[in-house]
Amino acid sequence: MTTPMAASTEAATRARLTGRRTASRRAVTDRLMRTLALVATLLCVLPLGAVLIFVTINGIGALNIDLLTKAPRALGNGGGALNAIAGTLQMVPLAALIAVPVGVAGGVYVSEFAGARAGRVVRFAADVLVGVPSILIGLFVFTFLVLPFKQFNAFAGSVSLALIMVPVILRTTEEMLGLVPRSLREGALALGIPVWRTVLSVVIPTGLGGILTGVMLAVARAMGETAPLLFTALGSRLVNVGDFGRPMDALPLFIYMNARQPYEAQNQQAWGAAFLLMLIVLIINVAVRARTWGRQIGG
Amino acid sequence: MAIKTPVSLNGVLNVPEPAAADRSAPARPETFDAVGAMPAQPAPSPKLQIRGLNVFYGTFRAVRDVDLAIPGRSVTAIIGPSGCGKSTFLRTLNRMHELVPGTRVEGSVRLDGADVYATDVDPVELRRVVGMVFQRPNPFPTMSIYDNVVAGVRLTGRRAKSELDGIVESSLRRAALWSEVKDKLKENGTSLSGGQQQRLCIARALAVDPEVILMDEPASALDPIATLRIEELIAELRETYTIVIVTHNMQQAARVSDQTAFFSMGDDRAGYLVEFGPTSRIFTNPLHQLTEDYVSGRFG
Ligand SMILES: Nc1ncnc2c1ncn2[C@@H]1O[C@H](COP(=O)(O)OP(=O)(O)OP(=O)(O)O)[C@@H](O)[C@H]1O
Ligand SMILES: [Mg+2]
Repeated sequence: MTTPMAASTEAATRARLTGRRTASRRAVTDRLMRTLALVATLLCVLPLGAVLIFVTINGIGALNIDLLTKAPRALGNGGGALNAIAGTLQMVPLAALIAVPVGVAGGVYVSEFAGARAGRVVRFAADVLVGVPSILIGLFVFTFLVLPFKQFNAFAGSVSLALIMVPVILRTTEEMLGLVPRSLREGALALGIPVWRTVLSVVIPTGLGGILTGVMLAVARAMGETAPLLFTALGSRLVNVGDFGRPMDALPLFIYMNARQPYEAQNQQAWGAAFLLMLIVLIINVAVRARTWGRQIGG
Repeated sequence: MAIKTPVSLNGVLNVPEPAAADRSAPARPETFDAVGAMPAQPAPSPKLQIRGLNVFYGTFRAVRDVDLAIPGRSVTAIIGPSGCGKSTFLRTLNRMHELVPGTRVEGSVRLDGADVYATDVDPVELRRVVGMVFQRPNPFPTMSIYDNVVAGVRLTGRRAKSELDGIVESSLRRAALWSEVKDKLKENGTSLSGGQQQRLCIARALAVDPEVILMDEPASALDPIATLRIEELIAELRETYTIVIVTHNMQQAARVSDQTAFFSMGDDRAGYLVEFGPTSRIFTNPLHQLTEDYVSGRFG
């Protein structure tokens, strides 16, 4: 008795689910949209791929032991980019040393303690600072840390890099802490844990992966900045180790200087340095992604 | 601690005790001064005395004129339809409501006679005495089971390191979780099942040695067996602690609680206390039609 009933219901249901009448038009639209999305995606990825390949082809041949270990010589006859490598490895860490505490503390403040209005003001200021052309930041630091001493110096370079890093770190910190569930804060506060302790021991550790991501991305960004260093660290052909009161070189400055020279050897060194810089930035980015892979917060 | 004897009596008997019935039976005005003023029976002074409590979110009144005396060392259930302000009410008892900006409270809540809203009361200290367990288990994801249990103790900096091991074991035992986790205390708290996580959260609350534990639908995210374990646990904890539990589950309220408060919502959407009394009476012989409709499942 029930079999024909069930069968007809099933057939009817299947017909409805497969939707024969509307199916063909929908399939066409679907295919069209998919294709458009794919093209757009390719347009985004293509330049990245092109740059990677271009720099690799030109730079990989120039990357050798001399480039990594020797100071530059006149006209690019031998020698290397040690001055720039050493400079980047000193100025960026100092910049991070300045920017991480400020940026993280600022992000924690905005996320955990600031009222709605103060939060909006700081957030807006940070966003504006991100948008300020980096050469203006260089000029600003030049006015305060170079002019008074009548001396280009690496410290000014680090400060301008820090100014570029701070808003990035602040915003990611704030966003990552915003992802920490409210219930965790409440759970901690309900135990009679003071607010500051809750933030320090529960909220920040939970969002730490995300904060580190922000820090590393800011570091990668600072490594590639050229303009803010032009008026501050200036660049130098000498390998400056530890003297932040004097000019210092950096990889982007080295690339900029050498790429402008008429001599092929120097251009080659610029390519080598470019490849090296790209490699470092790429490694940082990939490391960050790998670290946070599959995590709920900061992934 | 003068309340010990009569209250535990109340807890053991689990029948409508005359004093409790009397002080809560009629409408509000009596509740005001009934407690402690019972001539015949030396009525226990309540652990929590709530008077004229109104709670506002901005201009919206979520809770209206609640008067309630919650006896110590017993389980008090709060039931009522969704949105009637049960959670809101519960959170005002340990000032968790202050975490929501724009929230305002009128009236008084007294813990052993001390006004918890007094200007010199530190909400942080209050919450060490009046702990809370939430609807969704919320173990700290960056901490091990061990660290979760002692989080409150450690982060309030009150105990020596050497005491921690003992606190972990005794808290987990009291939360009926010890045998399940004793071999993996270093594992992450979030690696446990939902029910275990909730008992971990209860252990965490017990570790700071509170006197009152507020539970907001502590079993609603759990399966029936895990729920049963939580209920058994509540029955045990009742000997030592004052428990206030919000629940949507009538059977649960009937099973675990000594007295029940029924909240409802007025026309202005403000929640108010309809009726408070021994659980057995609320469920078998409610004084108000609203209560009867609700507990019999005809409304809400
Ligand atoms: N943070 C808030 N801001 C504004 N209004 C709120 C807030 N929290 C709750 N309310 C309102 O207060 C009233 C009571 O909410 P509450 O969460 O206390 O109800 P409840 O009885 O716990 O409901 P449920 O049984 O669904 O958990 C509701 O009308 C709700 O919309
Ligand atoms: Mg609720």
